Amino acid sequence: MPAATKTRAAHQNHPLEDLIRSDRIPHIWCPGCGIGTAFSACLSAMKGGGRNLEKMCMVSGIGCSGRAAGYVKLDSFHTTHGRAIPFATGLKLGNPELDVIVFSGDGDLFAIGGNHFIHAARRNMDLTVICVNNLNYGMTGGQAAATTPHLAKTTTTTAGNPESPFNLPLLAWASGATYVARWTILHTRELTECIQKAISKSGFSFIEVLGPCPINYGRRNREKPMETLRLYQEQTIIRNNADPMDLDVDFKKKVVLGEFVDKQRPTCIESYDRTCRLPE
Amino acid sequence: MTGDEACAEGALAAGCLFFGGYPITPATEIAEHISARLPAVGGTFIQMEDEIAAMASVLGAAWAGKKSMTATSGPGFSLMMENIGLGICTETPCVLVNVQRGGPSTGLPTMGAQADMMQARWGSHGDYEIIALAPSSAQEIFYQTITAFNLSERYRTPVLIMTDEIIGHMSEKVIIPPADQIRTEWRPKPRGRKDRFLLYKPGPNGVAPMPAAGDGYKIHVTGLTHDEKGYPAMSVEAQQQMMERLKRKILDNRDDIIMVEEHQIEDAEIVIVSYGISSRTSMAAMQQARAMGIKAGFLRLITVWPFAEEKIQALAQRVKGFITVEINLGQIHLEVMRAAAGITPCHLVGHHGGTIISPDQVLAKIKEAF
Ligand code: SF4
Repeated sequence: MPAATKTRAAHQNHPLEDLIRSDRIPHIWCPGCGIGTAFSACLSAMKGGGRNLEKMCMVSGIGCSGRAAGYVKLDSFHTTHGRAIPFATGLKLGNPELDVIVFSGDGDLFAIGGNHFIHAARRNMDLTVICVNNLNYGMTGGQAAATTPHLAKTTTTTAGNPESPFNLPLLAWASGATYVARWTILHTRELTECIQKAISKSGFSFIEVLGPCPINYGRRNREKPMETLRLYQEQTIIRNNADPMDLDVDFKKKVVLGEFVDKQRPTCIESYDRTCRLPE
Repeated sequence: MTGDEACAEGALAAGCLFFGGYPITPATEIAEHISARLPAVGGTFIQMEDEIAAMASVLGAAWAGKKSMTATSGPGFSLMMENIGLGICTETPCVLVNVQRGGPSTGLPTMGAQADMMQARWGSHGDYEIIALAPSSAQEIFYQTITAFNLSERYRTPVLIMTDEIIGHMSEKVIIPPADQIRTEWRPKPRGRKDRFLLYKPGPNGVAPMPAAGDGYKIHVTGLTHDEKGYPAMSVEAQQQMMERLKRKILDNRDDIIMVEEHQIEDAEIVIVSYGISSRTSMAAMQQARAMGIKAGFLRLITVWPFAEEKIQALAQRVKGFITVEINLGQIHLEVMRAAAGITPCHLVGHHGGTIISPDQVLAKIKEAF
């Protein structure tokens, strides 16, 4: 690269800089972790949608993905383990003008927070929920999660996971989510587009992002970082509107990606206003 | 109206616009009453999937800029402890009512007790200070709910109302004054440059102003130990500074927060200490004792936490003894003992829960002990 270009590049700001709390960098995410990619896709979507960023908030729970709220330069809330969705529910009901994005991990949203997830989807709470699914609990050192594949090794299942994982899009669909999609961190363009769409769409939107945790999950399951990415490329297939029953994450077969649900029904707030408030 | 209904009316009078609830005996009527009233005043009621979610939603609504509350009883109070801690750590104003029933566990759902007083003080993990009030009638719970909101806004902290099944379900006359006679407070809003704003930099009374989400301050709110900016800070120094701030804003304002009522204390030799429903027992016992020529006085704790220990310490210097009356097996009694510090004997008239204590039991203890 010519020297002049190099200098100019050094002075250029990162395109997402205005959305990042640069005084909190370096971040805690490990090299090779998928969360950062999912996070920047989310930031690009927030920025690119033409929405008022002053009215946009991010809510996270606990875990590696839960640290996202600490890095985004918006009103941001890092709450208790599993409780990002009910906190976000109060935030949205307290001020319906806000765009509320929940960014958290699979352990947080689907084990300890599973009950909140299904109920927020059922009542069609106007939230965009982004789940980075790395198949285990990264922050605490790699324990089994509600998403860990059967027979996978974690620190609490050294002989292999005896349990079976959730199919997250199926759960979201069955609970009543009006927008459901799944991508991997290799599919950043599609992911960004879907997040942008989910934010501007009213109702409960859910986006699962498959991202590697090389440090804890990959290492124990003999999956080198590049191998995980190769799986994301070679063992996935894009099939929009696929049957939610076919969306298990099993890389021995093809893992289906795409936009699975995109429908309309009254949001929690619309229904409340129509049902409970007297006409003016 | 019942105490529960009076509580809901007090909340509305205070400007509460959000209630995140979950049904539980004997607190359900608060949710029922306010769910019917909130939509007409522009507020929102939501019945969450459990008490954990209810408390989380209350905090969320508070950061959206609304006065918010919930109400529960023993088992739900236990579930709310997690997010009460988040509320304390993030200095979030809100009000939580515990209509106490007999415990432990499911206990006596339809019968009263005052056995969650120590849970109110220490129930969430870690060290912290908390404000808890105890009403003794339906009329008082109306006013106390307003006071609870005012204190929570003034000190940016969750405030507990520790009532009980008996007051909650008892019907009494309640006078609701016109709105212009009710004083309501709001959290101070920040001024000055938004990019320089520090979310936890205390003002003159030890409390920082609080913007709402969407006000443009780009705040970060975390339950991790944090610095004045609100950013996580994992150090011994940051922990010390944050904890001191949380403690000081309550303890340095004790005179403003602690409310007691004194009855015939001036010449009293024996002082009955009580709160909530048991203060009605205690008042009757004190009057009967006086009629019998016993110099009894009565100290009613309106604010239970922080504890009125200076009051007890001062009285301990001159009275013959204290009798604490409460529907538990000795919780505030332990605090009275701690404050009396061995200078003055302390006795308990307690109960396992399920019913009120009769004045006769208090009189019997006075005769037995003194
Ligand atoms: S532990 Fe795993 S999930 Fe957490 S930051 Fe490291 S790689 Fe990412």
